[in-house]
Amino acid sequence: MNPSPSTPSSRPLTNDEIHALVDGQAAPAQLAALQARLTLDADAQATVLKWQRQRDALRGLLQQVEQEPVPASLLSAGQAATGSRQTLQQWSRWGGMAASALLVFGAGWLSHGQWEMTHLSSGTPMSKAAHGREFIHQAALAHAVYAPEVRHPVEVTAAQQEHLVQWLSKRVGKPLKVPQLSDQGFDLVGGRLLPGNEGARAQFMFQNAGGQRVTLYLGVMDANSFNSSNTARDETAFRFSSDGPVPSFYWVDQGFGYALTGALTREGLLALAEAIYRQL
Amino acid sequence: MNPQPIVNHIPALRRYARALTGDAWAADDLVQDTLERACSKWRLWLVGSDLRAWLFTVMHNLLVNQVRQSARQASGRTVNIDDVAHELPAPDANLAPLLDLQRCLLRLPQEQRVVLLLVTMEDMGYADVARITGVPIGTVMSRLSRARSRLQELMDAPAHVHAHTTDSASADGKSAPALRRLK
Repeated sequence: MNPSPSTPSSRPLTNDEIHALVDGQAAPAQLAALQARLTLDADAQATVLKWQRQRDALRGLLQQVEQEPVPASLLSAGQAATGSRQTLQQWSRWGGMAASALLVFGAGWLSHGQWEMTHLSSGTPMSKAAHGREFIHQAALAHAVYAPEVRHPVEVTAAQQEHLVQWLSKRVGKPLKVPQLSDQGFDLVGGRLLPGNEGARAQFMFQNAGGQRVTLYLGVMDANSFNSSNTARDETAFRFSSDGPVPSFYWVDQGFGYALTGALTREGLLALAEAIYRQL
Repeated sequence: MNPQPIVNHIPALRRYARALTGDAWAADDLVQDTLERACSKWRLWLVGSDLRAWLFTVMHNLLVNQVRQSARQASGRTVNIDDVAHELPAPDANLAPLLDLQRCLLRLPQEQRVVLLLVTMEDMGYADVARITGVPIGTVMSRLSRARSRLQELMDAPAHVHAHTTDSASADGKSAPALRRLK
């Protein structure tokens, strides 16, 4: 589109150059050069004029539609879309915050007789803490994205539980079990595969009769990623946080990291977490 | 981050969809589908990238799928609007020129109409239009050329003889095309 300096204003305008002129889609200097050549090109002048008029007419077309009030159904669909993204952002912020709180300050530790507790050493290297942050961050994101989903909350439904477990076990790289939470009133909706920093992660979703959903997010996780290096590999750390809008339990057990997330009371979530911990 | 970014784009999406489909209901359905799709596909939008272009891309993909589906359903049962133009109600001589523009616009092939509307009505860059429609920029430019020339021809032809003077006859050139009616 650059007019060559040796052939000044005489070259006729190409079609693309005429478009660029009409639509103003070139750098100011280029447009000026095109204008200069246009003065010597009567054919192009006629075309530019026609297309300029056409462009103006199209820009005026249906302008009233933009002034009309937006129908309520569209407004709510737009707000739902915005809302889902804000939730996502909120969660990603909170996920990061909560993880820092948990991993850096060691807050929210729970004493529970059955659970073997380990404490984060204050000297935990940041790279290890980063693993944990990434994990709980991803868990929070996955919950925020899929828990409100109406049409496709899961990839494989509970009806195909056997296939779901085989598939996810294969992809995650360790045999998985789906915990039974029916005693707590929660039934399996299904599961999906998700990406993680160190390979595949799985998310199981459960729902109770009231439509409340909890998600169990899990993936292969070296306990050393969270604990000082002299602790045994299968040692379990168990943490609770209610800092964010939706509380979460988070622990590492036998090479797996788990995050149970749901908008339940602390006690309700605890009962589920205990049930899961006992079964897995 | 704008707290209501999507809602702000709805009026433009509605106007574009209306110009594209020529039908207020079909247009709003398309916008609704677009918003729902955007809701479930948030992860595919890169934060910081152009939200408006992304929404138009979502809409474009839906539109292409719709056309594909309806073409499958209606295959062999379509009529060319040029073929039946003389059967359609004669345009009122008092119709505003804008209505005429809209009518002629609808007679462009959709791929040309999309490019022309994105470039003019939406004032989008050629490169953005190429990304939205998923074609090379050279294709965008040739579609734009054909759309502008064809629309000009349609607008210049007297309304009542469109079917006979424009290139409706150019398809086979010699005989009046046989009508294929929807039954």
